[in-house]
Amino acid sequence: MKKKLVSMLMATVMTASLAACGETPAPAGNTPAQTENGGTATAASDVKVGVILVGDENEGYTYAHIDGIKKAAANVGISEDNILWKYSVPEDESCYEAAVDLVDQGCKAVFSNSYGHQSFMQQAAGEYADVQFVAMTGDTAAMSGLSNFSNAFTSVYESRYVSGVVAGMKVAELVDNGALTDANYDADGNVLIGYVGAYPYAEVVSGYTAFFLGVQSVYQNVSMEVTYTNSWFDIAAEGEAANALMADGCVIIGQHADSTGAPAAIQAANAQGKPVYSVGYNVDMLNVAPDAALTSATNNWSVYYTDAFTALVNGEKIPTDWAKGYSADAVAITALGSAAAEGTQAKVDETIAAIKDGSLHVFSTDSFTVGGAKIDSHKVDMNGDFDNEDEEDKEAIWDGYFHESELRAAPSFDLRIDGIKELTAE
Amino acid sequence: MTEEKKTATTELEENEAPAVHEPKPLKEPIVRIVKREDMKFAQRIAVRLTGIVLALLVSAIVIYAITKYNPITVYETMISGAFGTRTRIWSTVKEMLMLTCIAVGLAPAFRMRFWNIGAEGQVLVGGIVTAGCMIYLKDLPSPVLFAVMFCASMLAGALWAFLPALFKAKWNTNETLFTLMMNYVAIQLTSFAVAKWENPFGSNTVGVINQNTRAGWFPTVLGTQYFLNVVLVLLLTVFMFVYLRYTKHGYEIAVVGESENTARYAGINVGAVIIRTLLLSGAVCGLAGCIAVSGASHTISTSTAGGRGFTAIIVAWLAKFNTFTMLLISLLLAFLDSGAGEIASKCKLNDYASQMIIGIILFFILGSEFFINYRLIFRKSGKEAA
Repeated sequence: MKKKLVSMLMATVMTASLAACGETPAPAGNTPAQTENGGTATAASDVKVGVILVGDENEGYTYAHIDGIKKAAANVGISEDNILWKYSVPEDESCYEAAVDLVDQGCKAVFSNSYGHQSFMQQAAGEYADVQFVAMTGDTAAMSGLSNFSNAFTSVYESRYVSGVVAGMKVAELVDNGALTDANYDADGNVLIGYVGAYPYAEVVSGYTAFFLGVQSVYQNVSMEVTYTNSWFDIAAEGEAANALMADGCVIIGQHADSTGAPAAIQAANAQGKPVYSVGYNVDMLNVAPDAALTSATNNWSVYYTDAFTALVNGEKIPTDWAKGYSADAVAITALGSAAAEGTQAKVDETIAAIKDGSLHVFSTDSFTVGGAKIDSHKVDMNGDFDNEDEEDKEAIWDGYFHESELRAAPSFDLRIDGIKELTAE
Repeated sequence: MTEEKKTATTELEENEAPAVHEPKPLKEPIVRIVKREDMKFAQRIAVRLTGIVLALLVSAIVIYAITKYNPITVYETMISGAFGTRTRIWSTVKEMLMLTCIAVGLAPAFRMRFWNIGAEGQVLVGGIVTAGCMIYLKDLPSPVLFAVMFCASMLAGALWAFLPALFKAKWNTNETLFTLMMNYVAIQLTSFAVAKWENPFGSNTVGVINQNTRAGWFPTVLGTQYFLNVVLVLLLTVFMFVYLRYTKHGYEIAVVGESENTARYAGINVGAVIIRTLLLSGAVCGLAGCIAVSGASHTISTSTAGGRGFTAIIVAWLAKFNTFTMLLISLLLAFLDSGAGEIASKCKLNDYASQMIIGIILFFILGSEFFINYRLIFRKSGKEAA
């Protein structure tokens, strides 16, 4: 037995040393050159960037990130060989391991693209002070006390609002044409619309509220049902959720989940002659729902990644909380489907122009009520204890609107407004 | 996939000796499969090496056919993915220890021919309890907290194995189904715990527990956070080896495994042995859950066990219940896993492509076990005329 143990140890050691020969180790003193006044620039082509993705190119949300990163790298001059990818990393300790592995390979910055990666990214950030870590869609960077840890998110609520406008135009058209039946109205005579959400927290709440307000800006008398799938990507569950909503009589189904499950189900119902239409997310849904897709709200991630890579190459800190929308063309909606109502494009252009020039605020307190009353004060959690009752927590409503994504990058609008019913909230 | 393989092995094992020694049949089949126990150590190694070489060849063909990549580059990538840097070596070692720990836990049950398919669940409940301790008892002094975590996780795992054992001992229920179903209960419990402890609310993840205080985390010793993992698993490995081979309990387990009737005839209380052995088996798996949470992930989710409870069954079987061999087999599986991940990342191959390579390699390894245990006898061509 002793002999066996020894030979086993030998084998392990041999394999390990063999592997060590196989790869040139990264130089030990690989700290970034920094000076007192903000750091020095590195040649862009030498900068290595690590990316941790929750899915791969087959999944719309992640595909949008990959696309944005590649474009940004080309803009800034980072060679594609110096971008190291980790695909399909689950939201658990594998993320920490992936991050550390990327640091080992010489990455100067590591990006992760899903909310659940955040605490593992923060753990890695605490251990590798000379590497910058960005948890996209996260919300704890500002109060983490770490100077090398950041969050970023687009102001996607703006494009959701615009996609809501597209949906609103369609609702108005359906009503005018008399295409709806009694089943499509609730007891109070409002047209029913639906929304397939992933998880019941601020990011999703902010998104569906913006969508709803967009619809209401065109057609006031609507009410919306929201179901949650408790997954970011679940084709079957999203399809089922859409079917359930359509069975309730909903005529437009929006979504904040990453698959094509809902649009495909809606296309099937539409093909049977039901007046149902889809508003997607991340990617153009026209190829899965050619007759039912109106448009999709999307992010143009290359805008953010270009900002971040530029800072990195210049030896500066990546912005701690980055959030930009239409003002920087960081969000958009995809081309309108043939089902979109007449005059939609003009209305869309008008809305986008109003958002850009600041005359339209998505979360204007004049446009919604909570419990029947207008809201004039709502605090946002700023210290990460997920309530909004502490001193650090800040007031987000002033000048007559809720300042979404201004106090921190991640969406923070979590009021449940009148007219929206969460069907599966726990 | 894991389970299928397992069942296949089980059947082989059960079809043992008696059936094959038929007195001259009228017409001989073209191939007969005969159990063999005479293969020499060197021969066994040779068969296994041949298996691995064949596996590498076949996957090389598949890799080239699908991706046009040079297979050698792909294999190099695998090795560097598993052992290329210090972090990667530790990550592979950590995975190896996890698999070994669970397989060590399974060993006494399997040795007794009690098909404990419930390791996944036993690991999970151990993990839940550990996470609970880390969350609610974080203010306890470290040594006390660790003692509580170890005991609680072992108790939880033992309880999860005790239920099927009790039913088997008292009413001879089918333990395969019972332990399997206990997994689903444990998975639901885990989802419940995640929903209860989720941070932030609605995100459906627990996140890193005690991120700032590191309360209940295995301490970093000698520059590695996995030091305690190594120590604990190696201790368990030695303990289980001795327990199974040199103690009265171990002997009783072996006898019950060979034949319950013989055991009864020898005056062994079969029911008591079953329950005692499963308590031990479950406790070790529960402790594996504690190591997974406190010593590696610092969080809890259904991926805390992540199918390792099933993979460990392969490990236990291939190792023939020799706990030291388990270390080697686990190392192989951990290597394949880390290596496959790196292929996906470096060669821009999809995950699934690298999983195929793992599948091919495992297929050949399991196949070589077949040729070690059985001999194929072909009908002699001369006899064909008769």
